[in-house]
Amino acid sequence: MKFFMKTTPDVSAPPRPPSAELMAEMATFIEDSFRNGTLVATGAMDPRTKRISHHAGQFTVTDGPFSEAKEAVVGWAIVNAASVDEAIELSKKFWRIVGDGTGTVQRVYDPGEMPPQFTEPG
Amino acid sequence: MVVQQSRGDAVDRVVDTVWRMESPRLIAALTRVTRDVGLAEDLAQDALVAALQQWPASGIPDNPAAWLTAVAKRRAVDHVRRAVLAERKHDELGHEQEAAAPTEADIDAAIDASSIEDDLLRLIFICCHPVLSVDARVTLTLRLLGGLRVDEIARAFLTSEPTIQQRIVRAKRTLAEAHVPFEVPTGADFHDRLEAVLQVVYLIFNEGYAATAGEGWVRPALCEDALRMGRVLATLVPSEPEVHGLVGLMEIQASRIRARTDPAGRPIPLLEQQRGRWDRLLIGRGLAALERAEALAEATGGSSGPYALQAAIAACHARARTPDETDWPRIVALYDALAQLRPSPVVELNRAVAVGMAYGPAAGLEIVDALRDDPTLAGYHLLPAVRGDLLAKLDRNEEAAEQLARAASMTRNVPERTLLLERAAEATRRSVG
Repeated sequence: MKFFMKTTPDVSAPPRPPSAELMAEMATFIEDSFRNGTLVATGAMDPRTKRISHHAGQFTVTDGPFSEAKEAVVGWAIVNAASVDEAIELSKKFWRIVGDGTGTVQRVYDPGEMPPQFTEPG
Repeated sequence: MVVQQSRGDAVDRVVDTVWRMESPRLIAALTRVTRDVGLAEDLAQDALVAALQQWPASGIPDNPAAWLTAVAKRRAVDHVRRAVLAERKHDELGHEQEAAAPTEADIDAAIDASSIEDDLLRLIFICCHPVLSVDARVTLTLRLLGGLRVDEIARAFLTSEPTIQQRIVRAKRTLAEAHVPFEVPTGADFHDRLEAVLQVVYLIFNEGYAATAGEGWVRPALCEDALRMGRVLATLVPSEPEVHGLVGLMEIQASRIRARTDPAGRPIPLLEQQRGRWDRLLIGRGLAALERAEALAEATGGSSGPYALQAAIAACHARARTPDETDWPRIVALYDALAQLRPSPVVELNRAVAVGMAYGPAAGLEIVDALRDDPTLAGYHLLPAVRGDLLAKLDRNEEAAEQLARAASMTRNVPERTLLLERAAEATRRSVG
């Protein structure tokens, strides 16, 4: 199973550049996770988003939704895990390295793999 | 569907998850301290039982792995102290020699040491030790390195829990009685032993990939376990080409799991699969592993080993966007190399399929016919299955139907049997029509 993980920008704490130690530890963690197959892809995202909506043939492009912490970079990763519990444990490993913060974990589906609500009633 | 989960269930799931993720390293470190893999597993198990008892009340600790390690360490210290005391008592009247009981700090140092990777490798070699039967190796590997529960292993191999439990107990006893040292073999021994390890990992993968019996055609979880172990092994012995060859082979084969069954769970043959459903990510990993295997073999002046050759064959399929683009002559050449390296009737049968594709069904059939009386293939359902296919292509439908029906009667796998019977019926229709 694959899971998408994203950090939530912290409004209260201004972003600080990571220390060299943290960077090194993170690099090892990422490298190991790639090699053992748990990490599929990872990177950072600009927290600013554009919203595109399509309605009856009409497109509307707007800025937002706005995050209150415009400066913060959002980290993301796609991981391979046997269960959501394992994904959570992997996420904990990440947070133990980076320190305080908040993030989300959600199941993603491969093409042809359908979320349960579309395949099972109820 | 809303699933109500009690706190106990949540704890069970976290304990299960943490066990699966952390127990191999924990058991490896404990084996180094105790020099006894059976005892090490018991100690780790004790910690697990303690977690199951305490966490529902105390809540799940922030770092469950650290908690389990701490408890297991304490048990290890207690155990070793008791053992030393017993030894002293036994020796009291004899010499005054005093073995110092290790302190928690000693065990801390042993468990936290950066050599945990080496311990893991030693544990892998113990689990696949030649004093054990192949069944015992597979079971112990899934238990200690895959972190699978006894009931999961029993289900994977369609046996009962007591059978698996007994197999584990016996395997541990055999290892203890043979005084199998906790070490990575060296010299010429290393490659033989490594081969035994690779064989076990691939057996596990194959049991998941094409179940020999039962209702399900694939058991993806078992493939996933084998793949994980293979990847870990590749990080532990990165200079061994065949480890990367095996990993490459498994990654590429695993990339097809989604495409190998229809919604009813019936197998779809390789050339009929929707290639868009192949997992490109796994193919990418597989091709990279194969490249490493080939580069390493070349650097040491050798040629590709059997796993790298099989990975190269799998890669030929992975690279072809449509079945028509398959480089069959290259596949034939790779099978030729494999047949030279590891001559076996099964390899020969696969070579026959490739020859049939590259140079026509008559050429393929010629090879298959030479295998007809091979005793090792007597009970192998794929022999009549392949013969049937080639005969059907030559429009010898009556013989084809007979062969396909024979293949169906020989397999214990239900979905595969259904498919073979359908193909037999199709051949019969064509022979009549």
